[in-house]
Amino acid sequence: MNDVLGAIMPLNFNRYLYKVLAIVAKDVTTELRTKEMMSAMAVFSLLIIFIFNFTFDLRAENISTLAPGVLWVTIAFASMLGLSRSFILELDKGVLDGLLLAPVDRSAIYFGKMLGNALFIGTVELLILPIFIILFNQPLASLPKLSGVVLLGTVGLAGVGTLFSAMAVHTRTREMLLPIMLFPVIVPLILGAVRLTAAILDEIPLAEVSHWLALLVAFDVIFMAASFMLFEFVVEE
Amino acid sequence: MPKSLTQQTNSRANFFTGLTMISGLLIVVGLYMALIWAPEAANLQTANERYAQRIFYFHVPAAWIGFLALIGSAIFSILYLVTRQERWDIWALSSVEIGLAFFTMVMVSGPIWAKPTWNVWWTWDPRLTISAICWLLYVGYLMLRGAIDHPERQARFAAVYGIVASFSVPANWLAIRWWRTIHPAVVAPGQNGNTVGGFGMSDRILDTLFFCLFAFTIFYIVLMYHRINLENQKRQVEALKQRILGVRG
Repeated sequence: MNDVLGAIMPLNFNRYLYKVLAIVAKDVTTELRTKEMMSAMAVFSLLIIFIFNFTFDLRAENISTLAPGVLWVTIAFASMLGLSRSFILELDKGVLDGLLLAPVDRSAIYFGKMLGNALFIGTVELLILPIFIILFNQPLASLPKLSGVVLLGTVGLAGVGTLFSAMAVHTRTREMLLPIMLFPVIVPLILGAVRLTAAILDEIPLAEVSHWLALLVAFDVIFMAASFMLFEFVVEE
Repeated sequence: MPKSLTQQTNSRANFFTGLTMISGLLIVVGLYMALIWAPEAANLQTANERYAQRIFYFHVPAAWIGFLALIGSAIFSILYLVTRQERWDIWALSSVEIGLAFFTMVMVSGPIWAKPTWNVWWTWDPRLTISAICWLLYVGYLMLRGAIDHPERQARFAAVYGIVASFSVPANWLAIRWWRTIHPAVVAPGQNGNTVGGFGMSDRILDTLFFCLFAFTIFYIVLMYHRINLENQKRQVEALKQRILGVRG
């Protein structure tokens, strides 16, 4: 516990941040060299948006009522793809052992991986948001606010997702288990995000849905704190 | 000390044998009260509805045990991570398994009641939704356990998941309630916050409900005892096997 407190102290904070960023940089470098995960996530999310758009178009009167749900199902599925890969490389190439042996606080590893995951998911979202708006014929002006909601949702997804991904990678079924563990837990996050997205697209004043915003922020904070504390137990061997 | 320990274990076993029998009796009495003693709900139109209403006496207690088991498994998970005693892992696992059984009962009996009453098998009412999500959380917990061979890691990961899952239940509850207050449910719940609100429950109906709640709670304790015993024995057999054959069964 002293380590954690020490890490939060202002004097040591820069050093701690440096370690976190070093882990993020490692992940980003790996991804830039291979481009495996991001390209798969991007193409996969495009496919989901396309498929939803034309399958719903056959039957629904007005597909724009379905738009918020489609956006969040897409984001949730695409993140699952990225999150499940997050620790596979680490384990297979022995990176995780290296990280654990390094004189770094375990929480720094968690935050590093989490930020990396959030960054990858966020980049893919940046790409699919405009396409989503075009396909579902939504106002382009909603993009800035929408990005804010998407950011909040992504932090929550990556927050719990990183913890569960570190667990799933140690199981026999590996990434298959991740969605089964993650989806029931993130239902409140998805509900809140869908409500906020719908409010933004329908141009409802934010004051009317501020409780959803509060829920989203609270979810992010509570689950990140819980994951941060529990991560130590996951990687302790 | 070994003798007194054995005596202690024996007296505990005797106590739980007695409690098991009492619990069986209580359930039988509960059945009698639910099916015969309790009067028919006066304000229900069709015979089907009136028969189906009696599911309520076992449906509500089952849901209560489901949530009780969830709280129990969360507490045992925290205790495991803090103390690292295998006992708490066994307790958490037992509680989850029993909770899953009871939630399955809730999920089966619910639609059977809902069809004649609401004319749909399922609606995304907050209570139904939260039950479905809890059921999925339980299944996720057991699948996670099943996919890990290393016993210590199995206990540790399960405890971590159990804690996160229990955190998500209140968040889920809040979100689902808000979700539904904006989109009204197919059938509005009763004024007293009960699923069968508006029945104007008479004394006998309430007595039966409370009796069944009590009987199910005793039943839960008994089941916990037997499940924990079973798991202990299973692990002992496992350890013996390993000692004799030098392999993990």
